[in-house]
Amino acid sequence: MKLLTGNDLSTGDVVWWTGRDWSRHIEDAVDVGGQGEAILRAEEGARRVNVPYLIDAEATEQGPRPAHIKDRIRALGPTVRPDLTLKPADADAGAWVI
Amino acid sequence: MYVYDEYDQSIVDARVEEFRDQVNRRLSGAMTEDQFKPLRLMNGLYLQLHAYMLRVAVPYGTLDSRQMRMLGHIARKYDRGYGHFTTRQNIQYNWIKLADAPDILAELATVQMHAIQTSGNCIRNISSDQFAGAAADEVADPRPWAELLRQWSTFHSEFTYLPRKFKIAVIAADEDRAAMRLHDIGIQLLTRDGVLGAKIFVGGGMGRTPMIAHEVKDFITADHLMSYLEACLRVYNRYGRRDNIYKARIKILLHEIGVDAYREQVEAEFAAIRDLGIDPPVAELERITAMFAGPDFATDAPDTVDRSDPDFAVWLDQNVAAHKQPGHAIVTISLKPIGGIPGDASADQIDLMADLAERYGHDELRVTHAQNIVLPHVRKADLYAIWTALREAGLAEANLDLISDIIACPGLDYCSLANARSIPLAQKIGERFAGRQRELGELKLKISGCINACGHHHAGHIGILGVDKKGTENYQLLLGGSGAEDVSLGKITGPGFDEDGVVDAIERVTDRYVELREADERFLDTYRRVGMQPFKEAIYG
Repeated sequence: MKLLTGNDLSTGDVVWWTGRDWSRHIEDAVDVGGQGEAILRAEEGARRVNVPYLIDAEATEQGPRPAHIKDRIRALGPTVRPDLTLKPADADAGAWVI
Repeated sequence: MYVYDEYDQSIVDARVEEFRDQVNRRLSGAMTEDQFKPLRLMNGLYLQLHAYMLRVAVPYGTLDSRQMRMLGHIARKYDRGYGHFTTRQNIQYNWIKLADAPDILAELATVQMHAIQTSGNCIRNISSDQFAGAAADEVADPRPWAELLRQWSTFHSEFTYLPRKFKIAVIAADEDRAAMRLHDIGIQLLTRDGVLGAKIFVGGGMGRTPMIAHEVKDFITADHLMSYLEACLRVYNRYGRRDNIYKARIKILLHEIGVDAYREQVEAEFAAIRDLGIDPPVAELERITAMFAGPDFATDAPDTVDRSDPDFAVWLDQNVAAHKQPGHAIVTISLKPIGGIPGDASADQIDLMADLAERYGHDELRVTHAQNIVLPHVRKADLYAIWTALREAGLAEANLDLISDIIACPGLDYCSLANARSIPLAQKIGERFAGRQRELGELKLKISGCINACGHHHAGHIGILGVDKKGTENYQLLLGGSGAEDVSLGKITGPGFDEDGVVDAIERVTDRYVELREADERFLDTYRRVGMQPFKEAIYG
C-alpha cells in the first residue's frame, strides 16, 4: 500500500493522510493507491503540511506499517524516549519499529 | 566574558523581528516551504523527523549561569523539558513549534544569545578549547580571538553564501581539546620571539570525505590574523566548487589544486588586502580582551582535597583537571550517564549546572565538543560539594574520556538525514563496558548515524558509522582515529554488523587490546604500534 505523509506546517508533527484530512496517528492513514501524486500536489498547494511524500507500507492487523525504519520511527517517535512517543504506555511499542 | 554593546544587541534584536515577520508570512501561506526554508535555516530552525529543531549557538562554548538558565527555561517552556548539547558546542531543541520560534529567539536575545550561524553556507559558530582561560598550557586566552572572529563573521556580506558551510576552531595550547585540525580552518595561537601570532591550518573536516587540515601558514602575527583569514576565505569563495554539494567544502579545493597552489593564492590575496584596515584597531581588540580577564581567584585557596570518600576520589581522578591557578580546578560534568542519551540534559539538570556555576564557579560554564559541560574555575575546597550536588542530579558519572564517554549524533531517532540510530548503540556500549571501562583507560568512542559524521566517527579511537543496508541498520567499525593533537583518521575494519554484532565486535577489539598493550599504553597507542591486523583477526577470526 501507499501512504502519504509529511510534517504539519505549524507544529512540525508527523502527519498521515486519512482520505479527507491529516492525522498524527498512522492507524488513521489510508492507502492512496494511484491517487497519491494527485493528492500530494493538491496538499502542497494547500500549504498545511511541509514536504509531503509518498511511502510504501504494509497492511497489517495493527494497521499500516511503513516499509522503511525511518518512517516507522516517524510514526511512533524516538525509540530512546518511549515517554515521548505516541504510545508512552505501550512497553512493546518500540518492537514495532525494529 | 564578552558583553554585548549596543551594536551587538541591536543586530540580534533586529534579526528576531525580521524572522518573526518571515514566520508569520509562512504560517499565513504567503510563502512556500521552498521560499521559507533558507530563511529558517539562517535562524537555526531545521525540520527533523518529528518536529522542528532549533539549534542555538553557544559562541566558542562559553556561557554564564544566566544564559544557562535561559537554556533550561526554553527546554521547559517551549520544548519537552530537555535539550541536546552538540559536537559544535551548541544546544538543540527537538520539539519546537514554528509559531514559538520567534518568541524563543526573543527570549534568547534578552541574555545575549541567538541561533545565527548555526546553519547555512556561512561561517558557523566558532569553536574553541573548553578549558580556555583556565588551562595552564595555553599561551593566550583564545576566546578574545574567537569573539573577534564571531563579530567579523556575523552577517559578513561576502561570506554569507559560501560554496558550503565553514567551520573554524581556535586553540592556544599544544594539547588540542577542540579537534582543531578537523575544521575548515584551524587556528593555533602561539608566541614566537615574544610576539603573539598563529599557525593556520586549512582544509580539515569529517563528513563523507574526511581530511586533516594542512598547515598553510607557519606563523602570522596577531595584528594581521583577521586579514589573513579574510584572504583564506576569499580564495575559497572564488574557487570553491558550487556545482556539486559533495565537492564544495574547502578541503576538496585544497585536495584538487594542492596546498601550495592554494597558499600562493592566499598570499597574493593577503598582500592585496593586508593594509586595507580589515584587522581591528588595537583599542577594539583591547576592549574585547579586557572582557575575558580571568576572575579574581582566591590566592589563599587550599591546594589539597580530602579524598576519603572513594566514589568522590574516582570522579576526582577522572573528571577534574588541573587549573592554572593553585587551589583551583577544572570540572567536567559528564552528560553520559551509563544507559543515558549522550549530550542530553533535562531542564532541571541545566538549572542545577547554572546554580553550581553561579555559586562555585565564578559564573562560567563551557560546552565541550564531546557533549559535556565544564565548570572552568572552581576552588578545590568546593569540589566535594559540587560532586555531591551533581550526584544527586545524576550528573556525576566518572567517565571522562573513557569508553562510555561516547560522542553520538542524534541519529535516526531524531535526524532526517540519518540512516541508522546512534543513541541505542551508545546506550548498549555504555552498559556493556560500565564495569571495566577504567581498566581500559582512555578510549574515545564516537558514533555517527550517517556519513555526514556529526558524531565524529572518523576521529574516534573506535568509531562507528551507521549505514542503511537494504532498509535495515548496519554499522561499520573504524579504528585508530583521533581528534586531538595526535590527529588521525580511523580506518574501517571490514564488513559491518547489526546493532548487537557491533557491540560484540568492540568487546573483541578491547579484549585483544588488553592482551597486546604494554604497560599503561592507551588503546590508540597500541593500535598504532601493532596495526589493524590483530584487531581484524579478533573481530572476524
